[in-house]
Amino acid sequence: MTFDRKTLASSIALAAATLMAGGAQAQMSDDAVRIGYLADMSGTYRDLAGPGGLEALEMAVEDFGGEVNGTPIEIFSADDRNSADVGANTVRGWIDEENVDLVAGLVASSVTIAVTKVLEANDGLGIVSGSAASSITDEHCTPNHIHWVYDTYPLANGTAKAVVEQGGDSWFMLTADYAFGHALEGDVTRVVEENGGEIVGGVHHPFPTSDFSSYILQAQGSGAKIVGLANAGSDTVNAITTASQFGLTQSGQQLAGLLIFLNDVHAMGLEATQGLLLTTGWYWDMDDQAREWAERYFERVGRMPTMVQAGIYSSTTHYLNAVAEQGTDDPEAIRAAMAEAPIEDFFARNGRIREDGRMVHDMYLAQVKSPEASEGEWDVYEILSTIPAEEAYRPLAESQCKLVNN
Amino acid sequence: MMGTSQTLTPALRRRRQAKLRRNTLYLVLVAIGLVAPFVAYPVFLMKVLCFALFACAFNLLLGYAGLLSFGHAAFLATGGYFTGIMLASYPGLTPELGILIGTLAAVVLGILFGALAIRRQGIYFAMVTLALAQMVYFFFVQAPFTGGEDGLHGVPRGELFGVISLRSNVAMYYFVFAVFLIGFAVIQRAVHSPFGQVLKAIRENEPRAVSLGYNVDAYKLLAFVLSAGLAGLAGSTKTVVFQLASLTDAHWHMSGEVILMTLLGGVGTLFGPVVGAGLVVSLQTQLAQSPLGNWVSVILGAIFVICVLSFRSGIVGEIQKMVRKNFK
Amino acid sequence: MTMIFGVPLAVFMGQLMLGLINGAFYALLSLGLAVIFGLLKIVNFAHGAQYMLGAFAALLGLQYLGLDYWVALLLVPLVVGGLGMLIERFILRRIAHLDHLYGLLLTFGLALIFEGSLINLFGVSGSSYPTPAALQGGVNLGFMFLPTYRAWVLVAALGVCLATWFIIERTRLGAYLRAGTENPALMQAFGVNVPQLITLTYGFGVALAAFAGVLAAPLYPVSPTMGSSLLIVVFAVVVIGGMGSILGAIVTGLAMGLIEGLTKVYYPEAANTVIFLVMVVVLMLRPAGLFGKET
Repeated sequence: MTFDRKTLASSIALAAATLMAGGAQAQMSDDAVRIGYLADMSGTYRDLAGPGGLEALEMAVEDFGGEVNGTPIEIFSADDRNSADVGANTVRGWIDEENVDLVAGLVASSVTIAVTKVLEANDGLGIVSGSAASSITDEHCTPNHIHWVYDTYPLANGTAKAVVEQGGDSWFMLTADYAFGHALEGDVTRVVEENGGEIVGGVHHPFPTSDFSSYILQAQGSGAKIVGLANAGSDTVNAITTASQFGLTQSGQQLAGLLIFLNDVHAMGLEATQGLLLTTGWYWDMDDQAREWAERYFERVGRMPTMVQAGIYSSTTHYLNAVAEQGTDDPEAIRAAMAEAPIEDFFARNGRIREDGRMVHDMYLAQVKSPEASEGEWDVYEILSTIPAEEAYRPLAESQCKLVNN
Repeated sequence: MMGTSQTLTPALRRRRQAKLRRNTLYLVLVAIGLVAPFVAYPVFLMKVLCFALFACAFNLLLGYAGLLSFGHAAFLATGGYFTGIMLASYPGLTPELGILIGTLAAVVLGILFGALAIRRQGIYFAMVTLALAQMVYFFFVQAPFTGGEDGLHGVPRGELFGVISLRSNVAMYYFVFAVFLIGFAVIQRAVHSPFGQVLKAIRENEPRAVSLGYNVDAYKLLAFVLSAGLAGLAGSTKTVVFQLASLTDAHWHMSGEVILMTLLGGVGTLFGPVVGAGLVVSLQTQLAQSPLGNWVSVILGAIFVICVLSFRSGIVGEIQKMVRKNFK
Repeated sequence: MTMIFGVPLAVFMGQLMLGLINGAFYALLSLGLAVIFGLLKIVNFAHGAQYMLGAFAALLGLQYLGLDYWVALLLVPLVVGGLGMLIERFILRRIAHLDHLYGLLLTFGLALIFEGSLINLFGVSGSSYPTPAALQGGVNLGFMFLPTYRAWVLVAALGVCLATWFIIERTRLGAYLRAGTENPALMQAFGVNVPQLITLTYGFGVALAAFAGVLAAPLYPVSPTMGSSLLIVVFAVVVIGGMGSILGAIVTGLAMGLIEGLTKVYYPEAANTVIFLVMVVVLMLRPAGLFGKET
């Protein structure tokens, strides 16, 4: 089992407290605990969650024994095809017709936001593991979902701050020209300027772009020390690949990636990505606990897990623990119980769920290893420092979430 | 006298019978539509109806005017986004007005696209509509009010005419059903009117239609705008149902999907697109949750190939052929 | 420093160079489409997928068979082109007598099948293909650092375009092809095996796409979705040039690369849209495209 004693102890204490407080008639809503896994199984975001995330979910359920207090656990899964109405429709159907108790996965932000609206209207519960948008627990927060692994705020915050502190004080921004890119650029600009750096130039490129050579040339001409990538997915991958072909790093400039996953780095190879600074919520080789779980996962799937896939296991286990202790799958009670219990497992350190639904935990600043320093196909990051949970995420004081009293 | 009435009567009777049969069919279908939400899941049915209307609008152009548009997603998305923005930013606006505005936006876009595209035929027409729709897609990605990849969320369903709340799925369903019937009736009337006959004439032989003195371009443009407007109506209604608008509706894959629905159901038949939309939507929802979930696009592609190779009249088209063979 | 519209001359020259390289790439892809359209009258919607198959074949060849880049550059177009010939012989031929729109729909279906299958087999993040040893590094042109591989792409793409143009305009085979485009029935009567010619032509067009795929493999991550977004741009290029015109495809491809390159400097936000804008303008002035014949 992967949840440790501390969690267990505090959970038991909590369960006891709830029982004494009179919540004793709590019950399972029916004859099973049902978890629906909704993710992009066949499109752009397939590799960061996708079928591998479903494996992680199944692993969590198997490790839990396949049942909670004698009630069996059933898993549903669906491909949202990155379409908000397919996602919303599927979840509505799950709640109305299948009595699904928890929706897990949730990757593309359009799908996630649509699904959380459905969850709120139908009193469901969801754990978001794949999405990046920090708005999910900000203006789009609901009492019916929790955002687990990461969001753009610590990514921008962690990377930009660390880079400026290391002397990278002049930035050129490559920004994807749509809402997400602009938000990321805004976050980075603020952090860079607060720490005494400056933005010397930038370019808004269309989304999506396959050929970045022109923009890389402009970045080279800008004389900035750091080229910040305020984009995601294939745009980031293409930008980094092209930068390496044009010798950007050899000429003394450095890339700072803001939203990069293990599968992206693996796809590009270390030759193209070495030296890249990034922020991650988890890395399989960061310590013994993480390694032990990741190796079990690798045996099943044949790939090392991304932080999203690890987060799916971690969040599902936390959910099942809460259900087991409470003896109910009532969303409101479970949501409260999950927030009460601290989260300390192979994935999250110093983790807790805030009132806005954000699960804050320690984040890590990482640098991609050089091909010489790497000892294996998946040995790609070196963890440079830890960003403490309470500093990493957007402070509640700045929150626009309706659940936060500001 | 006797002779003429004897030769006329069977023909007349047959025509009357056909009309009676058609009207009975309509009545039965409307009755099915009315009880459907108590049998099947209303949200699913609403989705089918929205896509059915979309496919019918597309079919008006392909099936009756012979123009294959590969950019109809642009109208669906334009209707959806405009309705969504209006309803989300002006809380006082009633849903039917929001839908009207979305539809008008699609009509305006249809006039612009149509004026450019109808100058070409066949493959050129398909490519031009595709490229124009692509421009619309980029616009929606970048425009600040669409929310980019996040999409536009929190569109209120509101109260119909300011009176009837659409919050319940059943109430919403009947409204969508009514919208669908109106759209379908417009298409049915257009197809069976002299306008529809001229369209068919243009499809079969354009030079001949020109030589008969018809202003072919005006007819084509009208058909295009009508089709665009109805596609916009479908998109607008869908936005109210799901309370969101997203980029999926503007992507060119959506333009491909509507072709698939029409092709599968039967090009140039009134009911074909409805059947096709029903099948494709159920396939997507059912398949996506099965162990074959990851293979949805492969399966859709295979259906495409099979339809084109050996099933070109579509389901309704094949049934019509069978009926004609057996009852004549 | 000399400035051109507020941009230093050196940067301007660099951007023109990059635009030219992309243009050569567009030319290569639209050429394949134009050749196929010329004889089969089919808009090959699977062109993007076949380009992607070319890149994948090179990658898999390297990973599993140890075939190096140069072998792949020769072998992959033959293999993927052969696959194209099978598709023509056993699928496209069955609908050749129908409205050509059916060809477009059929190849669209094929593209979905190819892309979807590869996504399920290999995922979407793709893999990187190493730059061949002989083409690593770069040259300093004074106004820019040009990676050797990009220079090679320019040379190779232009070379193949010109060779194709030469074959079609100056050889006997090309003459058959052009005649087949004009009047297939007459060609058949003269004893030319037109069905075979069609199969070969489709195979050749597909081989061009696969060749472009191998060229692209070291430039972009090799992933199943690499072809689908490019395809729409190439379509626009073909429409601007005039469907089926060989010269039109080459010239327009280069020109669009340059225009897109300049847009990336002066108004990058519109870089994806500018080609479609050009298309709209061209269609208003010349509905058949720049090099197309009014029908």
